[in-house]
Amino acid sequence: MSATLMEKPREGETTRDTDASGEQVFVTLMLADQLCGIPVLMVRDVLSAQNITRIPLAPTEIAGSLNLRGRIVTAIDLRRRLGLPQAEGEAARMAVVTEQSGELYAFLVDQVSEVLSLPGRDFERNPPTLPPVWANHSRGIYRLSGRLMVVLDVARILALAPVQ
Amino acid sequence: MDDLLVDFLTETNESLAELDVALVKLERAPDDQETLSLIFRLVHTIKGTCGFLGLPRLERVAHAGENVLGRVRDGKLAASSDIVSAVLASLDRIKLILAGLAETGTEPAGDDAALIAALDDAAAGRLTATPAAMPPDGVAASVPADDVTAPDPVMSDPVMSDPVMPEPVISEPAMPVAALPTPVAALTPATSPPGPMAEAPREGGEAVVAGQTIRVGVDVLEHLMTLVSELVLTRNQLLQLARTQENGAFAVPLQRLSHITSDLQEGVMKTRMQPIGNAWNKLPRLVRDLAHDLGKKIDLVMIGADTELDRQVLELIKDPLTHMVRNSADHGLERPEVRRAAGKPETGHITLNAFHEGGHIIIEIADDGRGLDLARIRAKAQAQGLASEAELAAMSESQVQRFIFHAGFSTAASVTAVSGRGVGMDVVKTNIERIGGTIDLKSVPGQGSTFTIKIPLTLAIVSALIVEAGGERFAIPQISVVELVRAGGEGRADGDQPVIERINATPVLRLRDRLLPLVNLRDLLALGRGEETAGELYIVVAQVGSSLLGIIVDRVFDTEEIVVKPVAPILRHITMFSGNTILGDGSVIMILDPNGIARATGSGSDQRKPIAETTEDVTSAASTAMLLFRAGEAAPKAVPLGLVARLEDIPRERIEVSSGKMVTQYRGRLMPLVAFDGVRGEGESQAVLVFSDGEHSMGLMVDEIVDVVDEVLRIELGTEAPGLLGTAVIAGHATDVINTDYWLRAAQQDWFRGSGKDASANAPHVLIVEDSDFFRQLLVPSLAAAGYRVTAAASAAQALKLREAGTKIDAIISDIVMPDMDGLAFARQIRDGGAWASLPMIALSGRVEPADIEAGREAGFTDYVAKFQREALLISLRQCLGQTVEQ
Repeated sequence: MSATLMEKPREGETTRDTDASGEQVFVTLMLADQLCGIPVLMVRDVLSAQNITRIPLAPTEIAGSLNLRGRIVTAIDLRRRLGLPQAEGEAARMAVVTEQSGELYAFLVDQVSEVLSLPGRDFERNPPTLPPVWANHSRGIYRLSGRLMVVLDVARILALAPVQ
Repeated sequence: MDDLLVDFLTETNESLAELDVALVKLERAPDDQETLSLIFRLVHTIKGTCGFLGLPRLERVAHAGENVLGRVRDGKLAASSDIVSAVLASLDRIKLILAGLAETGTEPAGDDAALIAALDDAAAGRLTATPAAMPPDGVAASVPADDVTAPDPVMSDPVMSDPVMPEPVISEPAMPVAALPTPVAALTPATSPPGPMAEAPREGGEAVVAGQTIRVGVDVLEHLMTLVSELVLTRNQLLQLARTQENGAFAVPLQRLSHITSDLQEGVMKTRMQPIGNAWNKLPRLVRDLAHDLGKKIDLVMIGADTELDRQVLELIKDPLTHMVRNSADHGLERPEVRRAAGKPETGHITLNAFHEGGHIIIEIADDGRGLDLARIRAKAQAQGLASEAELAAMSESQVQRFIFHAGFSTAASVTAVSGRGVGMDVVKTNIERIGGTIDLKSVPGQGSTFTIKIPLTLAIVSALIVEAGGERFAIPQISVVELVRAGGEGRADGDQPVIERINATPVLRLRDRLLPLVNLRDLLALGRGEETAGELYIVVAQVGSSLLGIIVDRVFDTEEIVVKPVAPILRHITMFSGNTILGDGSVIMILDPNGIARATGSGSDQRKPIAETTEDVTSAASTAMLLFRAGEAAPKAVPLGLVARLEDIPRERIEVSSGKMVTQYRGRLMPLVAFDGVRGEGESQAVLVFSDGEHSMGLMVDEIVDVVDEVLRIELGTEAPGLLGTAVIAGHATDVINTDYWLRAAQQDWFRGSGKDASANAPHVLIVEDSDFFRQLLVPSLAAAGYRVTAAASAAQALKLREAGTKIDAIISDIVMPDMDGLAFARQIRDGGAWASLPMIALSGRVEPADIEAGREAGFTDYVAKFQREALLISLRQCLGQTVEQ
């Protein structure tokens, strides 16, 4: 069964997306050795390895659907979505659950790590040389000490099928 | 008690509660116009309803009260405390009468003359006494004995007539708390003098009514339903666990939990149930008006109006039902003189009948009219290219009848304001199928038609069969499962078990002397081979429309009650699934839609839609069915299937040469034949593509017909070769797409003047808005051929420029999917005003799902035609030009 590692902060609690000093809070995750971040307020849940039901005929980026406490969540393989090679072996993958217009989506990632609060001055827009598949799905880059973090654009990632 | 009366009592009690509050408010702020109009409206409503229900005493009192209020509203009287008291007194009297009404079902007898006189005096500005102080004469005669003594002391009690007292507000029955007589009785003594309470008996009477119905928001019920659905799932999960564990301690409480959950589920479902009569109540008026307009005599009979079904389902079938009744009245029933001549009574009957049957609700719509005209349906089906003559001949009557459910099909010879546009029954069918229902029809010429709709009682929870294919589990709604057949593996006839046979790789099953078409779920869903099963397969025989379809699965589990949840928006394009659900073991599975499967495999007898796009191609535009053939040496050739009327194999000896041209006798006429370049014409028979335009047909001789494929057509223009439009990649090969118009001209010089019409100056002028060069090239000549003057625009912006330039046109044909401004936005802009605002507009699109058609209609399109349906487009154009837009 799923272990919920972290609940979405409730309204009125101290965790905020942006505080007075322009700090933003991100859930960081690893994707093919690249550090990425999703704004913490967009994250509803973080799940460990799950039973995922394959959906026949679905786009390849859609890994399937899973059951999150009675709600059906569509799982999206972020590696496939971002055109990254598939991970070697059957490493237990984790999922970050987000919500868009009432529907839940789980992003399958290699590893979910800590929650970081980052100051606005470390933020930069995408360098123009970023490959399109990253540039299209990233809102910008944070300079951390020793590494860079890509801020994922959740809405763009979910816009993977023609919704007509 | 009459339902209507109960509704009235509930509603009026609510209004009275509101009135008391509002009146007190008015007294404090006499100039508050808003409150005043609210009060006036409420009293007026009560009066109106009384008159409607035939409650003269109530009506008179309410009328007198309304008079006073009317004067106040008009500014003739100030809302003084005395006036308010007068009105409150009338309200108290209304309450008293209502109490009697609630107990006995009839108005208590009594004389309100004194009260009414006082109110009239108040209205005239001659306020004399506090009217409430006057006892109601004769009330005692009608109200039960314990009430007799009760009203009097209070009525004469001056305190009670003081309107500022909050007491009446507190004791209002609309509040659930107040509906219980005890707390009210406990409350009242605190604010009013002790003694026998006038309110008590009244409260008692109202409590009965208020206790019968409470208004609850629909969203509350929806939320409750969701919760119960989750509870059912959790219950199922627990039961599953209990089955595997041998712990007896949980068995009994679990059993109890299970029962309670089932009861709760049933109870909550009941709250959502509404009588189907609610969907019918507009019909008598509709039929009356129709009968009047059409000059027919029609009697509408409604049976089983109290049959209940889920309100969500009810909402969804309302429109289809209305449409069908309208159809019956318009098309089904004959005029009185025709009926008399046929020996039938002049008055035609439309009978609606609703009843429950095994978890479903059946609705029959029957008329005793002329019945469906089979000959006309056959002719029409053939003309629209839905079936060949041979196919039609082989069809049963019921199969032919089902053509009326096909998009764009109408047997009415002419279009009336009422119906006959050929976009009705297919929408009805789609709507009903969408809620998991089926529609069937029986028609006897001269005796009438009966439509039978079978729909589930509720959409939220359905019973489904769980099956497995290729290692994955799926749910199939039980409603569409007819039977389960266990079949031996292919080619192994062991014993009497039926065996799957193949016709050219298409699996079929002999089932009770009928051939059942089969689809393999593994192949259909691209699940891969998986491990081979031991030769034994299961076939789920599913009902799709009037035909059966066998779905081959690897294993069959049990049936389960599942809660249908819609699939995520990014998966909605996969038509094979109607939803998904969570099973008892917590896993998520997809719910198969047999109708979608039938459409995808082309086995639905009345749905011929292109095969759903495959996985790789979800982002592209709709695909087009292309007919592939070989002719001459070069690349394979292709033509949109919609342009081809028929495919024929003509024996060589029947091809004759007349004045240097090849012809053949075809359906009693001479049909010119043209050989495609490089076609030598050898062999015993000749493959021919037949193109048809009304009376004229021509045959294009080709070497071999290869296949029909669905492809997204991206054409590279610029070919110099005559007879070709260009080259496209189809089925992985570079393929020449032929220019049909070139060949049509080659066949018959007068082809394009076939109908004798000249594209003269007074011919209707049609504007085509289409971004694809290919489609423009196809459309312009074929419309010109039909006698229209044609102007083409490559974009909506270009078309709008033409409008600004003052170009006079008679109709617009527009593509839907276009860059920059799409067809819908274009239509809205046209309808928004300007010279073209009332022109007929026909949408042309590769997508003809009902939702698209609906969107098109909303945007202002008059009609919606599938691309390449040349014949349908011409018919639509003719119909549209016969009328301007109704609005």
